[in-house]
Amino acid sequence: MRRTCLLSLYDLARTDQRVVFIGSDITKRDLEQLAADFPDRFFLEGIYEAHIVGMAAGMALSGKMPYINTIATFLTRRCYEQVLLDVGLHNLAVRLIGSGGGVVYAPLGPTHLANEDIAIMRAIPNMTIVAPCDRDEMARLMPQTLEWPGPIYIRLAKGGDAIVSRAEKPFRIGKAILLREGADVLFVTTGITTQVALTAAEQLAKQGCSAAVLHMHTVKPLDSAALLENAAKVRAVITVEEHTLIGGLGSAVAEVLLESSLAGSFRFKRLGFPDVFTEELGSQNDIMKKYGLDSENLVKTAQALIR
Amino acid sequence: MLDQRSKEQRRAILQVLERARRGHIGSTFSILEIVRVLYEGILRVDPRNPQWPERDRFILSKGHGCLALYLLLAEKGFFPRAELSRFCQFEGILGGHPEYGKVPGVEASTGALGHGFSIGVGMALAARMDRKAWRVFVLVGDGECNEGSIWEAALSAGKHKLDALTVIVDYNKMQSYGSTFEIQDLEPFMDKWRSFGFAVREVPGHDVAALEKVFRALPVEPGKPSAVIAHTVKGCGMPAMENNPEWHHKSKISDEEFAQLYAELGLGRKLNEQ
Repeated sequence: MRRTCLLSLYDLARTDQRVVFIGSDITKRDLEQLAADFPDRFFLEGIYEAHIVGMAAGMALSGKMPYINTIATFLTRRCYEQVLLDVGLHNLAVRLIGSGGGVVYAPLGPTHLANEDIAIMRAIPNMTIVAPCDRDEMARLMPQTLEWPGPIYIRLAKGGDAIVSRAEKPFRIGKAILLREGADVLFVTTGITTQVALTAAEQLAKQGCSAAVLHMHTVKPLDSAALLENAAKVRAVITVEEHTLIGGLGSAVAEVLLESSLAGSFRFKRLGFPDVFTEELGSQNDIMKKYGLDSENLVKTAQALIR
Repeated sequence: MLDQRSKEQRRAILQVLERARRGHIGSTFSILEIVRVLYEGILRVDPRNPQWPERDRFILSKGHGCLALYLLLAEKGFFPRAELSRFCQFEGILGGHPEYGKVPGVEASTGALGHGFSIGVGMALAARMDRKAWRVFVLVGDGECNEGSIWEAALSAGKHKLDALTVIVDYNKMQSYGSTFEIQDLEPFMDKWRSFGFAVREVPGHDVAALEKVFRALPVEPGKPSAVIAHTVKGCGMPAMENNPEWHHKSKISDEEFAQLYAELGLGRKLNEQ
């Protein structure tokens, strides 16, 4: 997914003079061509995230469209004030590409886990947040970033994730995609929890339970219309996110549903990380399983809610 | 010694403050001559077209000194001078820190310290990418130089050899609580800038002719960003205020205090600035 994202920047740079790339001491992989063919618009900078975000804002104030890539934790937490003020307050077309959203960097420990990136980015007015589920969807997202006004935070998954997005389901920033229809349960997902929910829906189908999967690749602005339309058809809504339960997808969905006329007409459950630092090592899958973000637990949760 | 114009500008700022009764007045009087010289002869800007693409960019990174900027922008005609009377008012556009998109001529919203310099580096890089001749001036405070992001930006400006970029340091040796030498000593300050790749000039920061001479000779050295270290006095021109931390940010300024400030200026007290 990262590879698709960075390679697609080459095409964006070729077609649009505004496109500038800024990396913070990241790996060269997948960037050589961009660096070679557009040296004036390729900035491989030091390990000073606060500075590069401000620098990107200065470029955007001068008509450029900077795409910044580094590890998600450092691109959100380390330079939060620069993201909020320099990019958010000025409402600039800066694209923040965060590598390793959620627990992708599980073996590296809690300093490298972006479990709250969506929450803190959501709190910034003007910010758009997109978490594609696979590389094909990333390829569909990137050209649209040229036309989208204001800042975007792009949450990258681990890579090599199963392809579940489909070309016949048009991708539009801000428009959720119903990847599976269902009458009993609605899973609302973002990023790679979409794959987990689709697997769970298959398993539920074998047991006679019909589960829909609404892929909310854009967490902000949230597609409230699609959410309400699909929530109205089921008995239970379950949000699934590789993120703390505080302030992320589940919170955003709950806010919309509770303030709607549907409130109380269905059961509701959020799945994600509780209010703890996930300190386990191992793999992304290990940590997700421990905190119930695996298909088995999704099945169990759905069954319990519609029993 | 301040000239007549500097005194009149101070009186105009006092008149603005008389309505708001609050503001970073010491900081404002510290940078007034720097901002004045920039707008009165150095910056290539067009008040009738604040977004003119070829303009020089000035960023007041120490946004709390904004009254000096507002006065010069009003005098140059970026917005009607009457707007000054609504400083910090609910319906006004001139807040206690300058805002981009709201105040014509303001290039970036500043106020949180340590932001404007990086923004200026990005602007200078954009000019280079487009092969444009416009320049970038960033005014930072000495206290602001406590922020790590200032030195991040300095590393980067040095790396990129941005000779279209000038950082001006308002070196009044005072920060909010007191002396910079006690709170966070910056010395050897010139050496720091040199070691980051800057060509450095020192200048007496209230000497209009000296400032102009330095600014007209920029860049200090081709192929290097310039650092102009302006030796200033916080609250300059007001003996009661000079080097007095109480006046860093002052609220609820009393009638008696205003009377004393006007008296110290020695210009009398005019109620309308026109």
